[in-house]
Amino acid sequence: MKTIIVLAYLLSSVLFILGLKNLSSPKTARRGNLFAMIAMLIAIIATLIKNEIIDFTFIIIGLIIGSTIGAIIARKVSMTAMPQMVALFNGLGGGASAFVALAEYYRLTGGLKTHIIVSMIISFFVGAVTLTGSLVAFGKLQGIIKSAPVVFKAQRFLNILIFTLFLIAGIMFIISPVNNEYLLAILAIAMILGILLVIPIGGADMPVVISLLNSCSGLAAAATGFVLSNNILIICGALVGASGMILTRIMCKAMNRSISNIIFGTVGAISKDIKKDDKQKVVAYTEEDASMMLESAQTVIIIPGYGLAVAQAQFALQELVKTLITNGINVRYAIHPVAGRMPGHMNVLLAEANVSYDLLSDLGDINNDFQNTDVALVVGANDVVNPAARVNKDSPLYGMPILNADQAKSVIICKRSLSPGFSGVDNELFYNKKTMMIFGDAKDSINELIKLLKT
Amino acid sequence: MIDLLLIALYIFVLAVFVGFETITKVPPLLHTPLMSGTNAISGITLVGALISAGAGHSTLCTLLGTLAVIIATINVVGGFLVTDRMLEMFKKKKRES
Repeated sequence: MKTIIVLAYLLSSVLFILGLKNLSSPKTARRGNLFAMIAMLIAIIATLIKNEIIDFTFIIIGLIIGSTIGAIIARKVSMTAMPQMVALFNGLGGGASAFVALAEYYRLTGGLKTHIIVSMIISFFVGAVTLTGSLVAFGKLQGIIKSAPVVFKAQRFLNILIFTLFLIAGIMFIISPVNNEYLLAILAIAMILGILLVIPIGGADMPVVISLLNSCSGLAAAATGFVLSNNILIICGALVGASGMILTRIMCKAMNRSISNIIFGTVGAISKDIKKDDKQKVVAYTEEDASMMLESAQTVIIIPGYGLAVAQAQFALQELVKTLITNGINVRYAIHPVAGRMPGHMNVLLAEANVSYDLLSDLGDINNDFQNTDVALVVGANDVVNPAARVNKDSPLYGMPILNADQAKSVIICKRSLSPGFSGVDNELFYNKKTMMIFGDAKDSINELIKLLKT
Repeated sequence: MIDLLLIALYIFVLAVFVGFETITKVPPLLHTPLMSGTNAISGITLVGALISAGAGHSTLCTLLGTLAVIIATINVVGGFLVTDRMLEMFKKKKRES
């Protein structure tokens, strides 16, 4: 029996890896997800036939409640709300790992090997930080908690102090593992630290935070795997941990910032001091001006940003693109890696609106084409097209790779107001002579444009 | 015992490398489904939760285990289903073009 279970875990691991491998192309990705589902099912069934399990009542209750809630959330959630859903699920994964390690501690009272204790501490710590950190991220994305960075004096000092307390509690727990006070102290400290680490981080840095929490939820599972000496947990946890790390690195690169700068830096709050040049005036154009501009264009590149998600304008935008294509205009989308609130957020929104994925281009592939483009249409994006990132050494954005919208022959920007982007930096592109600013709700503006273009 | 730990460490490190190699190949287009999919995979901790909930050791263990089963199952079921929903949208586009 034991051999069968171990072999089933091996099969399950192989299927998980094959599943991830299939995610490398949109053609096979759905099959990949199916592989991962089957892998999970095999792992669950193999576990249920273990003879350690004597009572199925609570297992069945738990599975039914969990599946029902999970299925409802998965069905109901809108594509614009995907970042907060992933944040919430990351937290649940981390929390579950910590709970399992905790149950294991109470099961194995006494006689714990040091390496098991160390694994437990890591599992509690990473799991609990992931749980509360993700809940804060969820609250910010959902708009329950103010998404602007919350900064207060001595924040860094407080974090260091709390981390030191954790180390002390950890060492004490290793010395006397029978004292569950230390263990509860570790859990409490980790939960507080999770809140403190995420609360100062602002909305536009969320792609990094969610990627990092994703990685942590995997590492917590791996640590629990060490506690239980269970290889499937270790393998899956390592895969997820690696995936989250890769995404974190990609997001950091796309913002030209280091991970420590994002967690401890708090861009939005500091740059309030940057003086605004009030001398420049912006001319507000109307949809008519823009529609004339679009009618005479040959090539158009669309740059979507988080504003598109907020206005739920993805369907209207696709309608506009269809109209433009029927008029014989070459239209493409340029997607910045950190546009939106999580990696790939814009791609999912546009996929929902039926945009063919070969119309979507990454920053590196399309950036040289702007100079041969008639119109760059920016919808709800700001910092990712700010030319200051290229030239102004004093700007907090300096060095961040941007989409070269300013190199297009003309630029149309749909935006709610002139307010600076998340970075708090003014965008000189708004004042450029070739830029047409259209103020208002992105959805309304686009619908107006469609009407004008169709007549 | 220490041998078991060493083998576990081997497995962990090698799996991290497998993860790096496989996931570097995922295009930015699919980063959101990748994230929700791996998210569901991290719910593998459910395997541990099932044992805690069903081993019948003490009320506390069963309680913690059941709680872990519930939240891990939300993570697994919700994560996989939402990933499938997203990937279906990506796939539809393929047929059209």
